[in-house]
Amino acid sequence: MSGNTGKQPTRFHRKEVQKMMVKNARKAKLIDKIVSIFAILCVILAVIPLSSILFEVIKDGIAAISWDFLTGKPSAIGRAGGGIGPAIQGTLIVVGLATMIGAPIGILTGIYLSEFAGGGSFPNGVRFFNEVMTGLPSVVMGIVGYILIVINIGSFSVWAGAFSLSIIMIPIVSRVTEETIKIVPNSIREAGFALGIPKWKIILFITFKSAVSGILTGVVLAIARIAGETAPLIMTILGTSLFFTGFNSPVDALPLRIWRLSSQPYESAQEQAWGAALILIMMVLILSVALRLLAQRRGLAVKAEI
Amino acid sequence: MPTNEIRNRTAEATKYVGNTPFAEEDGSERAETIKRVQEPQHRPKVSIKGVNAWFGSKQALKNINLEIEENTATAFMGPSGCGKTTLIRCLNRMHEMTPGAKAKGQVILDGIDIYDKSIDPVIIKRRIGMVFQKPNPFPTMSIFDNVAAGLKLNGVKDKKLIREIVEESLDGAGLWGEVKNELDKPGMSLSGGQQQRLCIARALAMQPEILLMDEPTSALDPIASSKIEDLVHKLKEDLTIIIVTHNMQQAARVADRAAFMYLGELIEYGFTKQIFQNPEQELTEKFVSGKFG
Repeated sequence: MSGNTGKQPTRFHRKEVQKMMVKNARKAKLIDKIVSIFAILCVILAVIPLSSILFEVIKDGIAAISWDFLTGKPSAIGRAGGGIGPAIQGTLIVVGLATMIGAPIGILTGIYLSEFAGGGSFPNGVRFFNEVMTGLPSVVMGIVGYILIVINIGSFSVWAGAFSLSIIMIPIVSRVTEETIKIVPNSIREAGFALGIPKWKIILFITFKSAVSGILTGVVLAIARIAGETAPLIMTILGTSLFFTGFNSPVDALPLRIWRLSSQPYESAQEQAWGAALILIMMVLILSVALRLLAQRRGLAVKAEI
Repeated sequence: MPTNEIRNRTAEATKYVGNTPFAEEDGSERAETIKRVQEPQHRPKVSIKGVNAWFGSKQALKNINLEIEENTATAFMGPSGCGKTTLIRCLNRMHEMTPGAKAKGQVILDGIDIYDKSIDPVIIKRRIGMVFQKPNPFPTMSIFDNVAAGLKLNGVKDKKLIREIVEESLDGAGLWGEVKNELDKPGMSLSGGQQQRLCIARALAMQPEILLMDEPTSALDPIASSKIEDLVHKLKEDLTIIIVTHNMQQAARVADRAAFMYLGELIEYGFTKQIFQNPEQELTEKFVSGKFG
């Protein structure tokens, strides 16, 4: 510290500091071990409910699954047999339609927020509303769909359900898109600008392409989330035991069917509810694996390290 | 020279996408520029006139004036923060893309001020190639697509022409022999030095007249660096090179002329030999003799 007087280099504190470092190293090793054990314990704690749910669903649901169960219409209440065909079909239609509406809007919002908006008050407002919307109970979206569409066209309908689910989807997708595109290093954009490529082409063919696998993951997450929604669907598509008859009529969906079946006091219905839950989980799983494989095969991975 | 032939064909092919902002050059202004040059065989390719640049309220460049000759390599050197990178980024209007940054003054390229209101800052970059400090190939594209990107994304559709240009550009960047059998591999799979030469090839594919190189070897090892330096010697036969470097030895090796900058001002500009052996300014002398910087 104050070693400017003599000519010799003065390291007054070398021994002291080295002693402390040796002592601290022992302590650090111990803490290291404790923290890692704690972390592993937490992982186990998190995995237990997850795996027990999966185990339970498979154990109780697998017996219900048969060809008739997958394709047939539900039987009358209290009767054994019947299937969840309309519910599978309805979920595919409503979730598919909601994705077609919600994913493009969400992705474009995310692109706007990351590439065009900057930090002004309007984009910050959009970000704030996104966050609020992510936290809103989904039943609110159901009410919105009910008031705006169901009342206006006078019938529960596929449109109303898809509309409500897409509103749930948009903030999730737009947020993931914004975050993923932000990771793409700026040097990549500059390389594009230096070639005289117009901005929209850089975004579409360079920035977006570099981020597409992350964005796909976000879309899958959002699909998984809306595929399991029950509350907004009660108020928009209502649920029915018939197959799809048109976009302006009620339709069934898996979460609704699970809810109906599980609230019946009959054992056969309970078993079918487990079966339907298993099907819903499998659908989400297959979708997510398929999209991941697609992204990998096309080599569309984010490489942020540059 | 086949390069010129391809450049003409590219100009032809890109005409319909508005790639030739200089198609209607102002003849009188150009004649005036030519008149101003004493030696008729060396007309200035770029004249920088009164360029000032800011980051927010901080002035990064103070009234820079210099002329750059065609088919030469010019080095901008100086200590960190002297404005050399800012200056080179003003030459293709890249500087103003940084949020909060602005530039004023004239940069006259073949008699046309690229800061003129009628000039589209996007399109002007097609005539001026740029290579960056860190190699930055497009991560999702193959080696071939990286080189072809500038042409393809600017609307060139002639596949045969693109293939010819890709081969020629990779050859021009000294990379063809190393990658000719793996053009479909991702650009990111190459080594750092190869990636940087890929970026040079990518810039060459646009058939630029000027190549700006912003410390192109600072992230590379000495062998990869010397390959880039050899390239500069070869490439300047066909285009005008401006290279930013903080490495004085490199400036001495590659540049015909050198500009020494300090704290946003141009201190001295002249033939490299003169700058290194007989500088006029004391500050330059101190820098080239390694007393600071």
